[in-house]
Amino acid sequence: MLEDYLRNKLQSQPLLVMTHLVAGYPSLEDNWRMLEAMRDAGVALVELQFPFSEPIADGPVFVRANQLALQQGMNGERYFDFMRRAAREFEFPLLYMGYYNPVFRLGGQRFCDALKDAGGRGYIIADLPPELAVDLDVKAREAGLDPIHLMTPANSEARLREIAVNAAGFVYCVARKGVTGRQTALGLDVTDYLDRCRKATGLPIGLGFGIRTTEDLRQLKGHADIAIIGTACLEIWEQEGEQAYRDYLHALQKAAGRN
Amino acid sequence: MSMKKFEELFQFEPGREGFYGEYGGAYIPEILHETLAELTRAFENARRDPAFWREYAELMGSYSCRPTPITRCDNLSRQYDIDIFLKREDLNHTGAHKANNVLGQGLLVRRMGKKRVIAETGAGQHGVATATMAAKLGFECTIYMGAVDVERQRPNVFWMEQLGAQVVAVEDGTRTLKDAINAAMRDWCASMADTHYVLGTVCGPHPFPLMVTYFQSIIGREARDQMLRIQGRLPDRVYACVGGGSNASGIFAGFLDDKVELVGVEAGGLGLDTHQHAARIAGHDACAGVAQGYRTYFIQDAEGQMRETHSISAGLDYIGVGPILAWLHDSGRIRFAAATDQEVIQAFKTLVRQEGIIPALESSHAIAQVLKEAPAMPRGTTVLINLSGRGDKDIFTIAEALADERWLEFLRRKVAAAG
Ligand SMILES: Cc1ncc(COP(=O)(O)O)c(C=O)c1O
Repeated sequence: MLEDYLRNKLQSQPLLVMTHLVAGYPSLEDNWRMLEAMRDAGVALVELQFPFSEPIADGPVFVRANQLALQQGMNGERYFDFMRRAAREFEFPLLYMGYYNPVFRLGGQRFCDALKDAGGRGYIIADLPPELAVDLDVKAREAGLDPIHLMTPANSEARLREIAVNAAGFVYCVARKGVTGRQTALGLDVTDYLDRCRKATGLPIGLGFGIRTTEDLRQLKGHADIAIIGTACLEIWEQEGEQAYRDYLHALQKAAGRN
Repeated sequence: MSMKKFEELFQFEPGREGFYGEYGGAYIPEILHETLAELTRAFENARRDPAFWREYAELMGSYSCRPTPITRCDNLSRQYDIDIFLKREDLNHTGAHKANNVLGQGLLVRRMGKKRVIAETGAGQHGVATATMAAKLGFECTIYMGAVDVERQRPNVFWMEQLGAQVVAVEDGTRTLKDAINAAMRDWCASMADTHYVLGTVCGPHPFPLMVTYFQSIIGREARDQMLRIQGRLPDRVYACVGGGSNASGIFAGFLDDKVELVGVEAGGLGLDTHQHAARIAGHDACAGVAQGYRTYFIQDAEGQMRETHSISAGLDYIGVGPILAWLHDSGRIRFAAATDQEVIQAFKTLVRQEGIIPALESSHAIAQVLKEAPAMPRGTTVLINLSGRGDKDIFTIAEALADERWLEFLRRKVAAAG
């Protein structure tokens, strides 16, 4: 399972890097080159976002990417085909990331079957709170998939414990209030928050939302197990191109390693 | 009066809080969990406090012309040999039922001690109502409005800004009401510590559908008493237009326990076979889904991506419908119908000419449906229509639809004068 894979990796590296892409944006061909760059840099884990027309938890960069990916014809069949090809080619585990409606329309069982069949390892669903995810999570576990749940700095201790109950693989800790995109200032409050999350769960802990610099990663060592980088990667691909993207991932991976 | 079925809306089975049958719930990013829990507690506290409703009713009386009257449509009634009454929500402050919800939430915001309010708006009515409330109660205010709607409803944008609100034109997606809701949700995900999201209709995550229905129920409570007083009996049928469904939920709330047929009228746009409409229930392009924080009928494709909607009225041009209404439809309590843009323009003209009342295009949908059904109604049938708003805001749209040459000439002169 994902947890064992992560624990194993954490033996040789203090902080793992997880990256993200919006499937179909800018194109599946570009997505493939992104995955190659991620492999070459040594990324541990990748989330493939399935675009949705109403992405309420995303900031402007991903909102636009979701919209354009859909306009260019991204759909369930293409998504799972892409994931299947990627799972054959790359060693890092792949996660479904998205919103609940496409999962709901497909049906929980069919979604789990399709994800399993495509070689996915788990899912992150941005608008499905744990109490409403119970049925889906049960089906996922039966299929050998890991439901990843989110903790946030706005949650009470009691709520953090509730979230932990059905979490598997690792816990995705949202670094700050708000949606994806904007830079997060990592300070003492973030490390306190990560400590609170650790008390609620024994699973590895990933921190995402607004993580972008090598300095961020250096600071996270010893507090988080996984640094999750989303918007920053896409911005560099769009603004500076493939080579800069590769250099950026290498720098992140280096900052995450043993000094 | 008995409000048993209405009271039942507030009771949930364990673990099913906020659900009405399969609909409703709170499908939200986790960051909002505690905020919605806090709001639910504040709302429940206020609801149990008799002083709160008294304060609310007093404010609605002194600031928003409540109770709004009921007007009999004498000429139309004579023509069809039935009794047609209008509940005059157009006479509210700012010209629509939106004030009922906004002022209720405003009082709640004061109880919660927050300083800033945000809202989405489609037609601009809810935005203007929220901006007036914020000015009166002393809150900062940001209004999200789809860029297409900003174009359609410029006068309302002007007034919101005059009232001190910041109006943000939303350029994402279809640039209409649903995108304004997404933008407001995103703001709230970051700002909730000192900000309340004044959702404008009976949609979104729990407790909004219930809370907005509660405040809008003032329409139905009044209307039921008024009908008994004026007509000596309850209406046989009550009609209301349905965008998100707040004015309909409000008037229906007064009659849920009665033998009264309730009819929700959606936007038929260019026709139910054209895909160019917003008829979630009366049409055939919607199915159950989850978006914008709740589960209901959404107009979407087979994979769950939302589709474009169309209506001549910005206020009804929306992909989803209140979960309580969806449930009351499935259980057979509410009948749904749709009126097309063309029928709506005709109904608008009829009401203006025959009764001297200028209805909003949204409200004209309910009138259109009554005019379609009236010829087949038994003599002496009593019909109550919720006239949710006044039509002044629609002057540009209506003048265009009527191709009024003198109005266009006036616009040209104004543009020339403004250089
Ligand atoms: C006058 C009027 N009626 C109806 C509506 C539709 O909303 P609801 O269905 O929530 O009453 C609007 C929305 O803007 C409106 O302005």
